[in-house]
Amino acid sequence: MGSSYVILYFLSSVFFILGIKMLSSPVTARRGNLISFSGMAIAIITTLTYVKYDLNSIIFIISGISLGGIIGLVFARKVQMTSMPQMVAIFNGLGGLASSLIAFSEIIKVSNSLEFNIVSISILISVLIGSVTFSGSITGFLKLQSLITGKPILIPLRNYLNLLLLIFIIGLMVTSFFYSGNTLFFYILISACLVLGILIVLPIGGADMPVVVALLNSYSGIVAAFTGFIFSNIALIISGSLIGASGLILTRIMTKAMNRSLANVILGGFGATSESIAADTSNKNYKSGSSDDIASLLEFSENIIIVPGYGLAVAQAQHSLKELLDILTNQDKKVIFAIHPVAGRMPGHMNVLLAEANIDYELLLDLDQVNEKFSQTDVSIIIGANDVVNPAAKLDKNSPIYGMPILDVEKSRSIVVIKRSMNVGFAGLDNDIFYNEKTLMFFGDAKDSIDSLTKSFKELN
Amino acid sequence: MAMLLGYELIKKIPPTLHTPLMSGTNAISGIVIIGSILVITSSSNLTVNILGFISLILSSINVFGGFIVTDRMLEMFKKPKKKGDN
Repeated sequence: MGSSYVILYFLSSVFFILGIKMLSSPVTARRGNLISFSGMAIAIITTLTYVKYDLNSIIFIISGISLGGIIGLVFARKVQMTSMPQMVAIFNGLGGLASSLIAFSEIIKVSNSLEFNIVSISILISVLIGSVTFSGSITGFLKLQSLITGKPILIPLRNYLNLLLLIFIIGLMVTSFFYSGNTLFFYILISACLVLGILIVLPIGGADMPVVVALLNSYSGIVAAFTGFIFSNIALIISGSLIGASGLILTRIMTKAMNRSLANVILGGFGATSESIAADTSNKNYKSGSSDDIASLLEFSENIIIVPGYGLAVAQAQHSLKELLDILTNQDKKVIFAIHPVAGRMPGHMNVLLAEANIDYELLLDLDQVNEKFSQTDVSIIIGANDVVNPAAKLDKNSPIYGMPILDVEKSRSIVVIKRSMNVGFAGLDNDIFYNEKTLMFFGDAKDSIDSLTKSFKELN
Repeated sequence: MAMLLGYELIKKIPPTLHTPLMSGTNAISGIVIIGSILVITSSSNLTVNILGFISLILSSINVFGGFIVTDRMLEMFKKPKKKGDN
């Protein structure tokens, strides 16, 4: 049996790779996820076939997996699609905590005295990354859920404080090899790691939270790999590194979409600085229209681009939007959706929400695909989006979003902005689009506005 | 090597599927479930067993919840025909 489980572990990794690969097309994606799950099943069953049991461990394993499985099932079934970022953050945090507990139990196993070797170093790193992933993810969850403010919480000298804390933690790790047998020592270590996770995420603004979640996702892969080094388990090492790498790459893609560096996201405290820039809106003029005005504008339009933003998600307006889409396409109008990479609260979030409303994914165009189309567009309808269409990203060097690629709605013949009020958006910035002479503002909750627009349009026809 | 492979894989995935990608890879990181099993079976110390048990529950939530929620999302990405359910 010696090498057969290694082969099975390899097989499970191959399944993971295949599963992720199949996520490259919506057609194969669902089967891909099933294949990844089979990979997981192979890995679990393989492990169960070579470990030694007593009655206790059998009870623990069966009840642990079923209990966790049921809780996971209930959460996964109940969560709303708008809350997906929170869900991912929570699951990720639990994974981190699990790794941290595994490492901690290894410390207890050796009666709190670590010998200086690879295994011990892996244990300590697992404790560090696992705890940071846990407390960081939970902090991120609280921010996304608005249980604590989504705005950056800035502690003075925070970067020095974090650095100091990290040095303290590393110091504790090094000395742990000399002071063996002291439990208190490890409690301090874990607490310090937990505090570090909180401190890292607190200063990061709500708009940047998706980047943090992607990064923490990567951490939970890395920590799984270190757990693999503790047990010399090849499945953990390979799969963990794979997830660690993919998380890092996804993070990179996202920061690129915002034209920022990862360091800038983590150290920046983005969003807090912009309050001073949030210009006086008092002396600028904008036009607002009724749903009838906009319906007649749509009546005479051929090509329409809809730009959905987080406001749409908050209002749960995706189904109303589908209704509007249907009556527009029934009138032979060409409607497409422009999806900015950071629309919604995590990358691809908007696509999921629109898919939930049965909107064909082929109508959803990326930034690059859609930007050349605005000049042939009669009307762009911006629903609950702000920063992703803010020309300040191109023009204003002092703007915190300067350099971020935006959707060129300005090039379309007319613009409709559906928005709750003239208040600033997520990043706390004013937007010149609202004062453009081509723009018609339509105030209200996204869902109610779309519904009344649909009604007005129906009455016209 | 796994790192390089990860890079090649992720680059090819369209932005449309980035959310399912995140939750799917997150579910795979629940592979630490193996670690939990190894902890439980490698020791008869009660504290160790209980810690292993808790981490087994947590990682099971991560694994099963992660895969199920990803499946729920991907189910919606089919060609819309006439299905009105969600």
